[in-house]
Amino acid sequence: MLVALLSATPAAGQVNLSGVWNNLNLMHEDKPDRFEGPELGDYAGLPVADALRLRADSWDASLITLPEYQCRVHPSDYVSSFGGLRIWEERDSASQQLIALHTHHFAWGTERTIWMDGRPHPPDYALHTAMGFSTGKWEGEILTVTTTHLKEGWVRRNGLARSDRATVTEHFIRHGNNLTLVIIVNDPVYYTEPVIRSREYEYEITGDIGPYPCEPVEEVIRPKGAIPHHLPGTNPFLEEYSKAHHLPQEGARGGAETMYPEYKKKMSEAAK
Amino acid sequence: MTRRSFNLLFGAVVILACVASTMVRAQQGQNFDNVQVHLLKAQGNVYMLVGAGGNITVQVGDQGVLIVDTEYAPLSNKILAAIRTISDKPLRYIINTHYHGDHTGGNEPLKKAGSTIAGGNVSFDIADAAQGAQIIAHDNVLKRLSARTNNPAIPAAAWPTSTFIGEDKKLFFNGEGIHIVHQPAAHTDGDSIVFFRRSDVISSGDLFTTTNYPVIDLNAGGSIQGIIAGLNHIIDLMIPVYGQEGGTMVVPGHGRLCDLGDVINYREMATIIRDRVQDMVKKGMSLDQVKAARPTRDYDPLYGATSGFWTTDMFVEAVYKGLSRK
Repeated sequence: MLVALLSATPAAGQVNLSGVWNNLNLMHEDKPDRFEGPELGDYAGLPVADALRLRADSWDASLITLPEYQCRVHPSDYVSSFGGLRIWEERDSASQQLIALHTHHFAWGTERTIWMDGRPHPPDYALHTAMGFSTGKWEGEILTVTTTHLKEGWVRRNGLARSDRATVTEHFIRHGNNLTLVIIVNDPVYYTEPVIRSREYEYEITGDIGPYPCEPVEEVIRPKGAIPHHLPGTNPFLEEYSKAHHLPQEGARGGAETMYPEYKKKMSEAAK
Repeated sequence: MTRRSFNLLFGAVVILACVASTMVRAQQGQNFDNVQVHLLKAQGNVYMLVGAGGNITVQVGDQGVLIVDTEYAPLSNKILAAIRTISDKPLRYIINTHYHGDHTGGNEPLKKAGSTIAGGNVSFDIADAAQGAQIIAHDNVLKRLSARTNNPAIPAAAWPTSTFIGEDKKLFFNGEGIHIVHQPAAHTDGDSIVFFRRSDVISSGDLFTTTNYPVIDLNAGGSIQGIIAGLNHIIDLMIPVYGQEGGTMVVPGHGRLCDLGDVINYREMATIIRDRVQDMVKKGMSLDQVKAARPTRDYDPLYGATSGFWTTDMFVEAVYKGLSRK
């Protein structure tokens, strides 16, 4: 009897993450980046590869006026930048074993499944999606999630893309009524080192998440097939960020070196 | 002929020779023994079959089996075995998206494994069911597969049995409309996309892939402008569930199963690179200068190659020569 009771309880370390978690009150110094949006030409503090630098330099914000881009959803590794989420469990009714965790995000109302039943990831030729394919496991009281099969997304909304070959590792860490989410993006195409972010959420007893409909409209009349972009060397906005913040342009261009404290010294010397 | 136009023509011939010969070499030199064939349901009645060479699209239903493209001949038994896991009905139709050997190499054995419902005016194409499945393609596919200059010659049994010369051909099979739409001057001059209207799946052929830059067979009538027009056409046909996701699925010529967002990303890449090279052509830059400027370098980690049948240099050259034509 005792054995049967014990086997029916959650595995050691499992933490209940269910509920509505919000982060709108927990944006601090990074609010301008996450909410209003990053500044053009700000690649600082990110390990951008050369190829990505050109791609971002070519990016024109008018791109998102194209109808087919207007309702493009935040990918699962970025969606936590913006608004709350609901988490709920899916359990086998007989065994009460955890099959999956599901999340619903405020931003674009996207829903995601984190499989907890040990199933493998799909083959290479399967569909990629904005949410990707996620599997999770408990490491102590931390839920660690691995996501593959992501569609191309972004790390910053100023043209800094994240490729569809990235793998993302997340850690969900609950401390009472707070939840810390650590996101580690490994993108061998566009980033020379992992991109690591963390997000804070607070539990909302009366929390609710509203709908997020999106309907594309024709905002600008353009020739069919026109894609707004800047030809190499013609983007006039790339130095606005560094000039506005009195930073050396070299630092604004990003790269792995700019992630580390030692770079402050180099920037100070460059500014002299 | 001016020196410039001679150089362009010569370059086009070289590119074609490279594309065509590598397609043949890929088949002749490749060991297919260890190739595994996989089926993935796209949606509705339509599946994507992945092996070596171009992807095959498979539609199944009460009336039989229809496939789009045939990969390589040595894989035919494996392809048929995979199809038999989802249908025991006869193979009725083969549709070729274009003439390249990695998409038509299995035409002959797969045709022979199938059977057409003959009679009526179909008997002008295929006299009786024993001759095998019907092979449908744009007329330019027949012209290229039957060309006397092919070395080695491609047997008549591998040629299309039913061709069309206009914008499209339509048939109704297994309870759904199938729209075969010619996309002129794109990957080649004989490209078709195949739209399964009820299943909501498009088979794009090599107009769209996820693995490499667009292959432009210049001497077979291909062009970057046609590729982009084809991608825009596919995007026009697609309706997502939300944003850029779900809804219409696309089986690409090579690579993974896709939906709208993937086609949009590829179209964005092709358009931006076209615009960059066009700007360089307008400035009078030579091909060597354009190559040195590396107009593709932001996309090279995704689609580029320095060796193999379609290198980044070959792509840039094809774009440049196509846009330089008067």
